[in-house]
Amino acid sequence: MKQTSLYDAHVAAGARLIDFGGWAMPVQYRPILEEVTTVRQRVGLFDLGHMGRVELRGPDAIPFLDRLATNHVAKIPVGAIRYGLFCRENGDPIDDILVYRGEDHVFVVVNASNTAVDLDWMRSHVGRANVEIVDRTDELGMIALQGPNSHLALAEVVEGVDLASIKYYRFGYGTVCGIPNVRISRTGYTGEDGFELYLPNALAPKVWDSLLAAGSAHGMTPIGLGARDTLRLEAGMPLYGHEIGPGMNPVEAGLGFGLALTPEKANTIGFAALQRIAAAPTRRLVGITTEGPRVPRQGHKLVAGDRHVGFVCSGSVSPTVGKHIGSAYVELGLDKAGTALEFELGAKRQACSVQELPFYSRTRR
Amino acid sequence: MRPDDRKYTRTHEWVKPDGDTVVIGITDFAVNELCSGNEGDLVYCDLPEAGRTVDAGETFGEIESVKAVADLNAPVSGTVLEANPAIEDHLEILSKDPWNQGWMIRLAPKSKNLDGDLLSAAQYEAYLAESH
Repeated sequence: MKQTSLYDAHVAAGARLIDFGGWAMPVQYRPILEEVTTVRQRVGLFDLGHMGRVELRGPDAIPFLDRLATNHVAKIPVGAIRYGLFCRENGDPIDDILVYRGEDHVFVVVNASNTAVDLDWMRSHVGRANVEIVDRTDELGMIALQGPNSHLALAEVVEGVDLASIKYYRFGYGTVCGIPNVRISRTGYTGEDGFELYLPNALAPKVWDSLLAAGSAHGMTPIGLGARDTLRLEAGMPLYGHEIGPGMNPVEAGLGFGLALTPEKANTIGFAALQRIAAAPTRRLVGITTEGPRVPRQGHKLVAGDRHVGFVCSGSVSPTVGKHIGSAYVELGLDKAGTALEFELGAKRQACSVQELPFYSRTRR
Repeated sequence: MRPDDRKYTRTHEWVKPDGDTVVIGITDFAVNELCSGNEGDLVYCDLPEAGRTVDAGETFGEIESVKAVADLNAPVSGTVLEANPAIEDHLEILSKDPWNQGWMIRLAPKSKNLDGDLLSAAQYEAYLAESH
C-alpha cells in the first residue's frame, strides 16, 4: 500500500488505517460520529495526500481538457475552480474532477482510486495537442481544513494572503507555516466552509503538526475518511463508484452544474450521449431517510409494493440529520419528497422516505 | 488470554458448551473491528428466530456498525433454541462483556462432538497474532 507523507503522524495519533484506493489512510482517529460533529460545529483537519493531482501545461492545455471534461474549461476565470467529469462516449463517468484554472496552467484533482485510469485516459487523447501532462500526486501533499472555524484556524499560520479574498471555489497562493507559494483553495467535500492546501510532501508533516497546534484553540482535530464519507453524503455530494460510475450517468445524478451541454462543447467526449439522457431521463438520484434500525447500504434494492423501483448508492448513520440516511436512484414519478418506499434487507424490508438532496446545507439551516 | 472454556472460529465467533446445548457469541476482537472501542458505533444486530436450523459455517445473522455490516457465522450445526433478547436494545453489552452477557444464540447442536472447524483459545490467539 502507498503511504502519504503524513502516515507516521496518523500512526502516532492512534488512527485506524485502512486500504483506500491502494493507500493506507486513516478511517478514524476517534468515533466516526464524533468526528462528523467536530467538522459541523468547529473544524477538522484531513490528510488528502492520496487524491490524484495532475497539472496540464502548454498552449493547448485548455482546449485539450475541454475535449475530455464535461464542464466548460475555457470559460473558467483565472483563479477559479469548477466541478466536472470525464465521461466515455456513452456518457458513463470515468471520474469526477475539480479543475483549477491558473495563469499558465490547469490543475486537475481526481479521485485516488481513479488516478491511473484518468492519466491513461488523458495521455491516450493527447494526439497532436501541445500539452504536457504532469502527475504531481507523489510530490504534493494535500491537507484540508473543513468546518465553520476553518478560516480562524488557517489564519493562525498564513501570511501574505487575506483568506477572506479567497471566495468559495476560488484559489490563491500564500505563505503557510513559513512555506511560500502554497496553493490555497476554498473547496471541500463536507458541505462546510473550508480550505484545501497543496504543498511539497517533505513539508506536509510540519504543516500538519503546526495546524493541529494552532487549530486546537478553535476546536480542531484530525478527521478520518469515515467521517468524510458521512459528511459528503449529508451534503449530497457524489462519490465515484457509489452515485456515479459505469451505468450511473451524471445527468440522473443531478450533476447538471458540472455539465456544459451547449453547442460549443459538442466535441466533448460523451456530449451526445449526455444530451440524449438529459432529454429523457428515467430515474433520479434522491435522498432517503429511515426511522428503522438498519442503515441503507450500497446495493440494497428499493421497492414500492411488489415493484423494484430503484437501488441504494450510499448510506450512513447521520448525526446531523438524526436519522439513518442514504442516496438512491428512484424511477421518475416516485422521486418526490415524502414518497414512502422500502429497502430490502435479504428477506426483510424497512420503510424509508424520499427526500431532496442535500440533507444538509450550511446556507440553509 | 481469551477464555479457554470454549472454542473459536477464524471468523471471530465463539461457541461454549452448556449442558446439552451450546451458546454462541462473537469475540472482543470482532467487536473492536466493528466499533473501534466505541460502543455507540454499533447500530444493529439481526439474530434468528427459535427453530431455525443452521449448518456449521452458515450465516445466522448480521451485525451492523456505523461503517460496516458483518455476517455472523454458526461455529457448529444445530437448531436455534433462543436468541439473546437483551442485545437488540442493548448493543453495548457486546463491547462490555462479549463472553457472557453478550451471548447471541443458544443452539441444540446436531452432534455432541462439535462439528465445525474450531480453534482452541490458544490456537485462536495464534491465528490473530499471525493474521492481524
